[in-house]
Amino acid sequence: MSIKPLRLEKVSRWFDAVEVLREVSLTITRGEFVAVVGPSGCGKTTLLNMLSGFDLPTSGSIERAGEVRMVYQQDGLFPWLTVAQNIALGLRQVKNASEQTQQINELVELIRLDGFENHYPHQLSGGMRQRVEMARALAGDSDILLLDEPFSAVDYLTRLRLRQELARLLDERPRTVVLVTHDIEEAAQLADRVIVLSERPARIRYELSISAPRPRDLTHPEVVSAIHRILTELGIEHDYEKTAGDNHFVAVE
Amino acid sequence: MELRRPNTTRTVLPPLAVTVGMILLWQAVSASGAFHESAFPSPLAVLRGFSEELKNGRLINDLITSLFRVSCGFVLATALGIPTGLWLGQKLAARLAFLPIINFFRNLSPLAWMPFAILWFGVGDASAIFLIFLSAVFPVILATMAAVANIPTVYFRVAQNYGINGLENLTNVTLPAILPQVITTLRVTAGLAWLVVVAAEMIAGRDGLGFAVMDSRNGLRSDLLVVQMIVIGLIGVVIDRLLVQLTRIQSVRWGYEH
Ligand SMILES: Nc1ncnc2c1ncn2[C@@H]1O[C@H](COP(=O)(O)OP(=O)(O)O)[C@@H](O)[C@H]1O
Ligand SMILES: [Mg+2]
Repeated sequence: MSIKPLRLEKVSRWFDAVEVLREVSLTITRGEFVAVVGPSGCGKTTLLNMLSGFDLPTSGSIERAGEVRMVYQQDGLFPWLTVAQNIALGLRQVKNASEQTQQINELVELIRLDGFENHYPHQLSGGMRQRVEMARALAGDSDILLLDEPFSAVDYLTRLRLRQELARLLDERPRTVVLVTHDIEEAAQLADRVIVLSERPARIRYELSISAPRPRDLTHPEVVSAIHRILTELGIEHDYEKTAGDNHFVAVE
Repeated sequence: MELRRPNTTRTVLPPLAVTVGMILLWQAVSASGAFHESAFPSPLAVLRGFSEELKNGRLINDLITSLFRVSCGFVLATALGIPTGLWLGQKLAARLAFLPIINFFRNLSPLAWMPFAILWFGVGDASAIFLIFLSAVFPVILATMAAVANIPTVYFRVAQNYGINGLENLTNVTLPAILPQVITTLRVTAGLAWLVVVAAEMIAGRDGLGFAVMDSRNGLRSDLLVVQMIVIGLIGVVIDRLLVQLTRIQSVRWGYEH
């Protein structure tokens, strides 16, 4: 199949007199992991809302093929449902009760929360809650996963672990993924393609592919080099060019 | 949470000691002769009055009457207040239109309605139920409304993602999301209703605990007065304890943690 699960064509979005997105065009292929990075308030969530169909563009067009699920920055779990019941939301199409239970158990095992099936979200740590969110989103057979800064509310080490976890889960259950984040490291470590947005109104400022297989270490040379290139593009780091036969770097202005 | 086992030496003995101390103090004051027996009945006189009231069955009858009125008024207020609150919570325009008048009635003492209650419904069950209804319905509407209006929108978007549509939004999202706050409000309003029924029966009753209080006063039976006061207080506590059980439901605990 060659259908493009997601395709934006010159999408612009205004809120009253405020232009948030300006002519964003983007095609995402099946199974691709695209990370969109940009400063806070630039329009990342707005872009995801367009992709999910929750919001409509002021101009431009969007094509979407498949079932979309979104994972939110914080607390998208229903606090009145247990871990198992929350995950079961993702399995509503599975009518057979015993099959549903079996799939819930598989997912709970996959996120290593065995024994917490009957816990409520408020009894879990922030990292555990995000893992449940991921399990719920990956339950059943949805096609497209939209992640809105899913790890920004947890501490740094937990964030690193959750990235590994996400890479592993996607290895088991491949999906087309759009991850929105202000964390360049996160984008470089996880994505096949990183899209850098400008300040509001958001336009695509820079785009870069990373071909190293996942899961990747944060210190993998390709990840480090991608981070460097993005930071350079944003004017935060300087571009050093290795001089031939020499072991030190020289800045080029 | 689970580790904190109830400890009888800390949860039972101290309150028991305080209660016994209160009764001893009461006995001491009544034995001191500072007050006339008819103005300050002794614990023993109250105990005798209690057994007299139990034997002639009046206490039980009045208790049942009052509980019946409170239940009717409270159930009516809940049955009407929650749907109204749900509606107002979802419709900003309706909320803006109705909020001032609901706030007005919520802050108007239900007892001020007493003369009209008697004019419209006479003396008896109907006017007491009407007053209890008025005392409970506005707080229930306001609390439900606020709870609905404050449901994080992310829940509805999650619901949409997972194919929860139409009526299921009400049963699977809105109601469970507001339940903790609604339970808290029901507790508060049940207490309020119990206060109001006594006052209502004192003026507009021919039976019920409130009427019994007035009757004891008119008959100069201060011993029975104390019996009735104790029963009214205890039943208020029992009602609250019963409603507290609702907060133990696992799926509402999240609303009371942190
Ligand atoms: N519903 C809305 N109405 C008005 N302005 C909005 C709305 N949603 C977002 N905005 C504005 O759009 C800009 C981008 O918001 P958002 O997409 O949430 O940014 P990000 O997710 O990148 O932090 C912000 O300035 C915000 O105030
Ligand atoms: Mg955002």
